[in-house]
Amino acid sequence: MRGRPALFTRYEADSAMLPTITQRVWLAIGLVAVIGAAVWLPRDWLILIATAFIAAIGVIGLNLVTGYAGQVSLGHAFFLGVGAYAGAAFGGEATEKLVGMGLDVIFWLPLAGLTAGFIGAAIAPIAVRLRGLYLAFLTLGLVFLGEHIFREWESVTGGPGIGRKPGVLRLAGWRFDLDGQIAGYSVTREQQIYWLTLLVLIIMAFAAKNIVRSRIGRAFAAVRDRDIAAEVMGIDLTRYKVLAFGVSSFYAGVAGGLLFTVTGFVNTNSFNLLLSFTYIAMVVIGGAASITGSIMGAAFLTLLPRIIDGAGGVLPFLEVGSTGLLSTSQLERIVFGALIIGFLIFEPLGLNGIWMRLRNYWKAWPFSY
Amino acid sequence: MSERLLVFDEVRLSFAGVVAVDGVSFDVNAGELFAIIGPNGAGKTSIFNCLNGVYLPQEGRINLDGTDLLGLRPDKIAELGVARMFQNIELFSNLTTLDNILLGRNLHMKSGILSSALYFGKAKREETAHRRRAEEIIDFLEIAQYRKSLVGMLPYGVQKRVELGRALAMDPRILLLDEPVAGMNLEETEDMARFILDIQEELQVTMILVEHDMGLVMDIADRIMVIDFGRKIAEGTPDQIQKNPDVIRAYLGEEFETEGLDDEAPASEGSRL
Ligand SMILES: Nc1ncnc2c1ncn2[C@@H]1O[C@H](COP(=O)(O)OP(=O)(O)OP(=O)(O)O)[C@@H](O)[C@H]1O
Ligand SMILES: [Mg+2]
Repeated sequence: MRGRPALFTRYEADSAMLPTITQRVWLAIGLVAVIGAAVWLPRDWLILIATAFIAAIGVIGLNLVTGYAGQVSLGHAFFLGVGAYAGAAFGGEATEKLVGMGLDVIFWLPLAGLTAGFIGAAIAPIAVRLRGLYLAFLTLGLVFLGEHIFREWESVTGGPGIGRKPGVLRLAGWRFDLDGQIAGYSVTREQQIYWLTLLVLIIMAFAAKNIVRSRIGRAFAAVRDRDIAAEVMGIDLTRYKVLAFGVSSFYAGVAGGLLFTVTGFVNTNSFNLLLSFTYIAMVVIGGAASITGSIMGAAFLTLLPRIIDGAGGVLPFLEVGSTGLLSTSQLERIVFGALIIGFLIFEPLGLNGIWMRLRNYWKAWPFSY
Repeated sequence: MSERLLVFDEVRLSFAGVVAVDGVSFDVNAGELFAIIGPNGAGKTSIFNCLNGVYLPQEGRINLDGTDLLGLRPDKIAELGVARMFQNIELFSNLTTLDNILLGRNLHMKSGILSSALYFGKAKREETAHRRRAEEIIDFLEIAQYRKSLVGMLPYGVQKRVELGRALAMDPRILLLDEPVAGMNLEETEDMARFILDIQEELQVTMILVEHDMGLVMDIADRIMVIDFGRKIAEGTPDQIQKNPDVIRAYLGEEFETEGLDDEAPASEGSRL
């Protein structure tokens, strides 16, 4: 069928992730741009964007269980914490007070994910009996339980006020978290973290895309939309809910393991309810049941404080010194709240929904249908 | 063709006071189109829910080709070959027609989470093989033009067909149809009747049909069971049922009894009793 690239003659081609050549070309251009941007972006922006990459991994995880499988989880902060500390224990340096196995990142990062994943899958059978508000409360309880454990388990977490260093980004002697030289070119710590987290995000995002377009993703959606009908069609509800929680927690574990390598320090009080809510907000704003949306939501909310900071110099009513009407952090919280409400009411499909509409508009342009 | 596939024996199901199914027994033979009729609230859907394992009857026995179904979870019963089309559409409305039908294939698919995440080799081959079967069903039900549409947006009659397709995709041994033509116009009803007969003849799937459209039931059913207030009041061929005085009484009430005994009076084709 030469000359007609839009006509698919094979089912494989029809169900491919990026069915058209145009889509593949755009993805390639986008990737090159994002990878290349690290060459000229300043250090603080590199760190901020790397944080967004890591958050995106966590948001994809939450979206799998909540957006795709329909199981509301307020417990994501707990699994991020488990990942952070498992990563620190497997990949961090031991001291006289702290456990640390000093493994390479290629081992400790998957182990951080697996630890969180197994705990998620182990807790899930309890959660599976509950739905809606009750499930939300149970997962909320997990966050409080986690905060307590993280405070008390000092040999792993360092304890409150002391904390510890996260897993070390080291592979076969090479340090990603230090400035270095590759083939005569000097690369900064920030550039390396940026590229490394981007690579992990790409792998995790493609894996998630594959999961949601395969039988498992369809079963998740079936469980979410009509659980009785799903069961009557042979879908084992418990199995898929446990799977959804397990996979979601795996993603949270990987994100948690990386999250604090950026700042180089894990504090025991980081894994609170606000963190869970922030992730829910990223799902809602990005778009439930969308991998692309997860990335957009994470990027948007991670960059938002910086954008508002920037606005501080421009908007007259904002505090300069202490004279303005609002401080930037107050404005940040107001915008955050307003965005969640606004998206829930006006754009339930999130940024992804807006993006799809724009894309369809341009595809059809100059026609409006 | 006369081998017994399903045995439903003295099943009793009650909800806090309401007896929905009151000691009903019937057998369904392999390849047969068995219809269950009865007034609103007679317990027809409840019988299906017992068969599916959605409700657990207090008493009785349900056996599919030698395997006891009672007490099994719905998904296990589905794996044994019981598929169902619901009275009120129960499609996954955020998914496309194709995805809904592929969900019917889910119980024949094996890929785990890891091979799905890689979408490589076995997982990909499996998706493609089942896609092929799903497409056959889409062609059979003449819904190819709706393949990639979200089912929530489709017209009612098409949604009913997608639901039939989803059940067929399971390659069931027995198919439960709960009012497949309710709310349909004449043309849609005729299409559905044609599909049901094709399923029986070409795919040799055994079916239990619950339907209020007497014309349809009398036309296509091999045997009919009539229930009222959870009790079985008659069973037989369409001809026998049309002449049965108990049936006429249940449907038309006591006052029509004498009239109903007349051979001419029972359900004429197309009328909805
Ligand atoms: N989950 C339930 N809880 C309580 N009562 C129920 C339940 N399901 C069914 N019933 C009752 O059982 C009886 C039989 O209901 P069922 O839905 O089986 O009737 P039906 O024959 O399918 O009726 P229709 O033709 O209206 O669909 C009714 O009296 C109904 O109210
Ligand atoms: Mg009913």
